[in-house]
Amino acid sequence: METVKKEYTLTIYTENHVGLINKIAIMFSRRKISLESFNTSPSEVPNIYRFTSVVIEAESVVKNLVKQIEKIIDVFRVYCNTNEEIVWQQMALYKVPTKVIMHEVRVERLLREFGASAVVIREDYTIFEVTGQREEINAFLVELEKYGLIEFVRSSRIAIINKSEGIHKSVLEMEKLNPALKSINNEFLDKKDQVFQM
Amino acid sequence: MNHKINKMNTLTKDTDKVTITEKLVSGSFTVIDALLKENVTTVFGYPGGAIMPIYDALFDFRQELNHILVRHEQGAIHAAQGFSRVSGKTGVVFATSGPGATNLVTGLADAMIDSTPIVCITGQVFAHLLGTDAFQETDIVNITTPVTKWNYQVTDAAEIPSVLAKAFFIAKSGRPGPVLIDITKNAQLQMLNYQEYQPCNFIRSYKPSPDIRSEYIEQAAKVINEAKKPFVVFGQGVILGNAEKEFLRFIEKTGIPTAWTIMGMSGIPTNHPLAVGMLGMHGNYAPNLYTNECDVLIAIGMRFDDRVTGRLDKYAKQAKIIHLDIDPAEIDKNVLVDVPVWGDCKETIPMLTDFVEEKSHHDWLQQFKNAKEVEVEKLIQPELFPSEGEVTMGEVVQLLNELTNGEAVIVTDVGQHQMIACRYAEQTKTRSNITSGGLGTMGFALPAGIGAKYGAPERTVVAIMGDGGAQMNIQELGTIMQFQPNVKILILNNSFLGMVRQWQELFHEKRYSFTDIQSPDFVQVAKGYGIEGNKVKDREDLKAALIEMLEYPKSYLLEVAVRMEDNVFPMVPQGKGVSEIVLCKEDI
Repeated sequence: METVKKEYTLTIYTENHVGLINKIAIMFSRRKISLESFNTSPSEVPNIYRFTSVVIEAESVVKNLVKQIEKIIDVFRVYCNTNEEIVWQQMALYKVPTKVIMHEVRVERLLREFGASAVVIREDYTIFEVTGQREEINAFLVELEKYGLIEFVRSSRIAIINKSEGIHKSVLEMEKLNPALKSINNEFLDKKDQVFQM
Repeated sequence: MNHKINKMNTLTKDTDKVTITEKLVSGSFTVIDALLKENVTTVFGYPGGAIMPIYDALFDFRQELNHILVRHEQGAIHAAQGFSRVSGKTGVVFATSGPGATNLVTGLADAMIDSTPIVCITGQVFAHLLGTDAFQETDIVNITTPVTKWNYQVTDAAEIPSVLAKAFFIAKSGRPGPVLIDITKNAQLQMLNYQEYQPCNFIRSYKPSPDIRSEYIEQAAKVINEAKKPFVVFGQGVILGNAEKEFLRFIEKTGIPTAWTIMGMSGIPTNHPLAVGMLGMHGNYAPNLYTNECDVLIAIGMRFDDRVTGRLDKYAKQAKIIHLDIDPAEIDKNVLVDVPVWGDCKETIPMLTDFVEEKSHHDWLQQFKNAKEVEVEKLIQPELFPSEGEVTMGEVVQLLNELTNGEAVIVTDVGQHQMIACRYAEQTKTRSNITSGGLGTMGFALPAGIGAKYGAPERTVVAIMGDGGAQMNIQELGTIMQFQPNVKILILNNSFLGMVRQWQELFHEKRYSFTDIQSPDFVQVAKGYGIEGNKVKDREDLKAALIEMLEYPKSYLLEVAVRMEDNVFPMVPQGKGVSEIVLCKEDI
């Protein structure tokens, strides 16, 4: 049996239904697999959503996982890719005290070197942003820790599959032939008085 | 509120010159109407606060819909399972919110793992109360997500008809499974303009069965044609796919020895010349032994459960494996397959039959027969026909075979009696073996037996249970008392939680930790519920007692005191390969 664990990115095309995140997440947690990253996003086709998740697991385990996620009624397709088969990015924000950063470093050089940009510059703090892969994001983190880093946050991974034309066409075709039904959310949570007048 | 159609307001709406007749009805009415349109005749349920509007609607349709009031919601879902398993129809359950809904969880898990089509409708608190810890509120949709094929919460009555249509479609199609629909009380009460119920036969994100790829069928046929020692193992998929005839034609044309999993039992007559018995931890000797000698293993509608395969790295390593299954996630899940044949076996088996050559495997079959002789001599003969000592479980099952000609529906619970019943019951008709296979739910047999009787009223239904399991849903005797299904209740009482005790004896140095269980006087308990009963302990009384049970015009409880410390053998001990199967404890 294959025992080498690798990083896999799962791209999951779904309907846009309440509760689907849980149904997908459960497939990982029932095996006690931790999700390295989990992202939900619209796709290029209206009404069709895509989840992107990252796991580090053995191939045989991931293959079973993919097939079981595909069995969830509201899931269309699941693609499983290694890092070589995708283009992927994450984003990170870093908050540092403006005073320190202005006095102790040459900000322009820092930004150039790490491919970062300033999102907000205030008298009390400055927020930088880096978009890239984990190593790039971490390198900048290590650097800023020297300068009194106040807050750090990293987004989940988003990925584009190199060979995704087939998926695009099939999803587009499906939406054209069988458009999504309108999903109804709970309209009553803030309308208590109306419930008994229906 | 009266829900009958003729007493309802009707209104007519002009939309683009097309006149659509709409009726103003309650959400609850649409629930009942959906069931009627889905040809549901029997519902098992228990009312409560959050499902009262649906029960109110049901009141007007109590002639059309036979509602069986159980004594516990777990009883309702097991009954629905029994109903479904004998009839092939979808079982339907009503329960209220909170505890009513959570009591369904075990049954849902059981139906999920044994692929039983069930639609559960639960009441839920008003939509505006969701998330407020309201009285009898539980988040049943999230609780049941891992144990349902699909579930959904309805908060607006407009959704009820289409959601129920989806529920019935999903439960029954493809690999069947349980579906739970949670309906908030406001949606049940809400009035809506209702047109006609539209059954569902398409969901764009759901593919009930995969496309059949003919190249794999041809490849499988080639492998089978070249095989010297092919072996067929099949599971419930053959029964669920209504493919018993197609399957029989396949094995008869190829002449291949055939074994079943516990869930596949009764898919072919147990006395068929090619039948070599049951697989698994306590299955028959020959099929386990020769799993590791066959050159081609043809698995049909089964999922290589760990109780069937034993240790995976010692399972059929020498064989090429062909796996036919409707669920692509089963292929390569446990056992890596050489030829995968995706698809509904009702279609794939005949395709395969067309390509395979007519053959017989006389010598190979003889090997199975020889191994069976060993098992008969060492185990089966002394268990089925003992001449002294206390009664054995096996001889009770043997007498039952004799008295019912193998035509009864045998419903079993979980444990030693289950293994004994499934090893020795003779079954000539399909859908005769109803048991909790995957989940191993004690307390399954009594309610499932009740449901089975409603699913097959013309058949004799015998619910066999141990003294442990008998006490786990014993309250369902109340359901029998009130509705009088003619279920035969057979308790094989060894005064122990026998299977656990067996393991304690074999693997825990006879440290019988809490397996000696005391039971009430079951016959007296039954009498309290107005059910006739009897208790026997002597061999000479056994046959007459069984005849009395079977011939009694109503439900009947027979308790048989059996040997206390008998073990079930053969056994594939945990952590061992299937061919390391042992016939007695000295061999472990």
